[in-house]
Amino acid sequence: MYQTTYHRASSVDEAVSLFGKSSEAKFLAGGQTLLPVMKQRLASPSDVIDLGKIKELQGVELAGDTLTIKAGTIYYDIMTNADVKKAIPAIAHLTSVLGDPAVRYRGTIGGSIANNDPAADFPAALLALGATVKTNKRSIVADDFFKGLFTTALEDGEIITAVSFPVPAKAGYEKMRHPASRFALTGVFVAQAKSGEVRVAATGASQSGVMRVPAIEAALKANWSPSAIDGVTISANGLLADIHGSAEYRANLVKVMAQRAVKAAG
Amino acid sequence: MGVEGIGARVVRKEDKRFITGKGRYVDDIKLTGMTHAHFVRSPHAHAKVKGIDSSAALKMPGVVAVLTGQQIVDDKVGNLICGWAITSKDGSPMKMGAWPAMAPETVRFVGQAVAVVIAESKNLARDAAEAVVVNYEELPAVADVHAAIKSGAPQLHPEAPGNQVYDWVIGDEGATDAAFAKAANVVKLDVTNNRLAPNAMEPRAAIADYDAAEEHFTLYTTSQNPHVARLVLSAFYNIAPEHKLRVIAPDVGGGFGSKIFIYPEEMVALWASKKVGRPVKWTGDRTEAFLTDAHGRDHVTHAEMAFDANNKITGLKVKTYANFGAYMSLFSSSVPTYLYATLLSGQYNIPAIHAEVVGVYTNTTPVDAYRGAGRPEASYLIERLMETAARQLKVDPAQLRRTNFITQFPHQTPVIMAYDTGDFNASLDAAMKAIDYAGFAGRKAKAKADGKLRGIGVSCYIEACGIAPSKAVGSLGAGVGLWESAEVRVNPVGTIEILTGSHSHGQGHETTFCQLVAERLGVPISQVSIVHGDTDKVQFGMGTYGSRSAAVGLTAILKAMEKMESKAKKIAAHALEASEADIVIENGEFKVTGTDKAIALPMVALAAYTAHNLPDGMEPGLKESAFYDPTNFTFPAGTYICELEVDPGTGKTSFVNFVAADDFGRLINPMIVEGQVHGGLVQGIGQALLEHAIYDANGQPVTASFMDYAMPRADDVPSFNLSHTTTLCPGNPLGIKGCGEAGAIGASAAVINAITDAIGKNNLEMPATPDRVWRTIHAA
Repeated sequence: MYQTTYHRASSVDEAVSLFGKSSEAKFLAGGQTLLPVMKQRLASPSDVIDLGKIKELQGVELAGDTLTIKAGTIYYDIMTNADVKKAIPAIAHLTSVLGDPAVRYRGTIGGSIANNDPAADFPAALLALGATVKTNKRSIVADDFFKGLFTTALEDGEIITAVSFPVPAKAGYEKMRHPASRFALTGVFVAQAKSGEVRVAATGASQSGVMRVPAIEAALKANWSPSAIDGVTISANGLLADIHGSAEYRANLVKVMAQRAVKAAG
Repeated sequence: MGVEGIGARVVRKEDKRFITGKGRYVDDIKLTGMTHAHFVRSPHAHAKVKGIDSSAALKMPGVVAVLTGQQIVDDKVGNLICGWAITSKDGSPMKMGAWPAMAPETVRFVGQAVAVVIAESKNLARDAAEAVVVNYEELPAVADVHAAIKSGAPQLHPEAPGNQVYDWVIGDEGATDAAFAKAANVVKLDVTNNRLAPNAMEPRAAIADYDAAEEHFTLYTTSQNPHVARLVLSAFYNIAPEHKLRVIAPDVGGGFGSKIFIYPEEMVALWASKKVGRPVKWTGDRTEAFLTDAHGRDHVTHAEMAFDANNKITGLKVKTYANFGAYMSLFSSSVPTYLYATLLSGQYNIPAIHAEVVGVYTNTTPVDAYRGAGRPEASYLIERLMETAARQLKVDPAQLRRTNFITQFPHQTPVIMAYDTGDFNASLDAAMKAIDYAGFAGRKAKAKADGKLRGIGVSCYIEACGIAPSKAVGSLGAGVGLWESAEVRVNPVGTIEILTGSHSHGQGHETTFCQLVAERLGVPISQVSIVHGDTDKVQFGMGTYGSRSAAVGLTAILKAMEKMESKAKKIAAHALEASEADIVIENGEFKVTGTDKAIALPMVALAAYTAHNLPDGMEPGLKESAFYDPTNFTFPAGTYICELEVDPGTGKTSFVNFVAADDFGRLINPMIVEGQVHGGLVQGIGQALLEHAIYDANGQPVTASFMDYAMPRADDVPSFNLSHTTTLCPGNPLGIKGCGEAGAIGASAAVINAITDAIGKNNLEMPATPDRVWRTIHAA
């Protein structure tokens, strides 16, 4: 790790102010991506601004048909939260299979989506559930938030404060783990909104990061069942390929994981 | 056996310090005035070093020195050696290029060091290393064996035209051709044995400390064999004569073969310590481990097996290309030859065998011994061939093996090895019973109804361990003897120290070796300590690898114990006024048999050291040493059977059951043996399903971190069902065969045989990743 200056912010405003005073600052949430990258000397921020102790970024709220998870909430607190388990059990499940216990005790939902790793789990949940990302400046719908590999709509110094999920009628998430990294080799989140709208998002599959899967959405809209997807063909064009999964294999996984997610959603 | 004697499941003495964080590893050691080294490593697989500009680095804070490959050559530090001479079939010696500790002119793999920065801290050294400017002229590179031997391929070493190190043969080609000419059936198979990165939990590390007044070096290092390190550093690398070089290998966190070898980093640390006049520490990180620890396996093989009309094997032909990487590591030449081809008879009566092995240079990390070393490659090949044959001949795979088992011992194979004992039917029977082989068809049908593809795979392995009879290996080209030494010191108060040339880096010697003493003297193991890993304390030793510590190292201790006991009995007989022949040792006492007369061990020891009343002419003291050179290899063998399910939607494999029936001869501590088998099986399963050190066509490593290189985790493997079918080894007095490598040798074939059974297609390479299995299932 290169030398850096560490700051612990006690409020979002203080964090923004610290950011403005630094030449090349980075916000630190759970540190599950940023710190390993810094240790590898692949990132060298002049300043690291720790958001982990900001009280206003902690907690989960269920109000009517909206589940709001504050950005600094760690995965363990999400997966064990009674409101999450009641309102959207698929999010509790997704969080319980995210990383390993050490990651789940440190990592946060805000950190995950701000980083937008193409194999992260939470972007798929946000996209499929039609969530809204709240920042210190504005609200951004998930469809506008994720902009490709490690890229989001966030501006310099903008801080995610919370994510709001409309409570769906049904939702499910299944993934195939990458054998080495244990990220999602491919994961699929399926959701049927109370309005009847069906949205399906896949992570780990596309070269452009998390993506909607219109062909599966159409099939499920017509018939919400695993067998409805039997006839769908997913193209391997534009999908990721590496030593653990060819593009064709990932295309297959999009379909198979979607079927299993529908089964899990009930 | 007694509660702590041979055969007892004694809890490991060393674990208290390991699980409470009190282990003392090289990186835990801090010396006064110590500096830190960071290497400047090549980012290119093949390049000329046109110049190194250290000027900016030398101005960085805390930098003590920047040293280069040219300086180490100028100072006449020797090139790295390969310690086993192999002769090609045309009679020529193997062809090797020079391997300097840091490259002065040419780099030949990514990660090869060209310079080293010595600084006041690890981070300052690393910072400065980034400021060293190396001017490279890139050269074409080659990573794949088949590409490397093609005409026009990039050439690594002028000494080895065509990148060929050797073309070696074993066996009787004429007899084998004749067997094939008469064969009723011939089975052919192409297999790749995937390259693995060893990944010991503790990365390699070294601290070198030069004392200018005494002209003496001390080296703390992560070694499986510190005496061999001292020998090589002294005799070949010109570091210092042996009496001026002390090598200490303290607690070492795993080796698996990768810490047998003396690496450039230790040589550079020693040389640099003298240059800068201060201790120099280097601790590798995980990336450096992936780039520079000797890799394992990496064979490409075509094999054919001939059968008569009764399904008896009549001949075996093998041609293997072994990828050695960019340089010949210390024992690399022996791995695909005498540690591989000599085991090609497996557990079977094969009248004629012929094997040819071509050793090839490529622009990749050097390859050497890794848990099993040659024997996993042999066992995998033979067991994949047997399974393929059973499918082709439409016979039960277990029955085909039974039809061909060797049942009479000793058995001379056509490839040097003479198996001393074994009972292959017994281990096959035990494993088949444990897994309910007969009931498999019913379970497969039930799994099919649930949408899963279920398979069963058998692997009957044999290995040559207890390495090794010195005269035999010497005649085959080894540069060292492979005996072991030991010393028994009984202190004046009756406590006992065992000095051994074996080295424990996870094996539990501090417990098992004490159990032998407990067995013979009847004293608690708390009164015994094991001293190892320090060339100033232990006179000599060949170290730990090749499943040799119990079969060879413990036998040396036994020989020293017998000498000590003989002297102690004389002292006891003198004190008890009895005949020496009537003295027996029981429960820590020397007794006159048939009487109640006895003298306790501490009194005998005290008598030996006070020397007030010893038999006439006896020297004082109670300390004996012995060297033990085995008369043959030992031959652990067994059967592994694996039952698993494949998910046709994802290609993912899930284990249902994994049974192991091993014959290791006598077990000293069954609990520790089980741990060794568990670890070995996991490594074998890792090779079969997950692990693969991959290079792209230009020699760039693709798997240089755990984000890409898939190590097996606890949830990747099943709970194992272990048993033992024992035949005692006749070659050593304790009847021990060794257990350290078996799991890694036998497991991978069982897994691949089971997956290919499940999916109904025979050709599947390792690692059988879900993607690869899925594509194989759905291939036309």
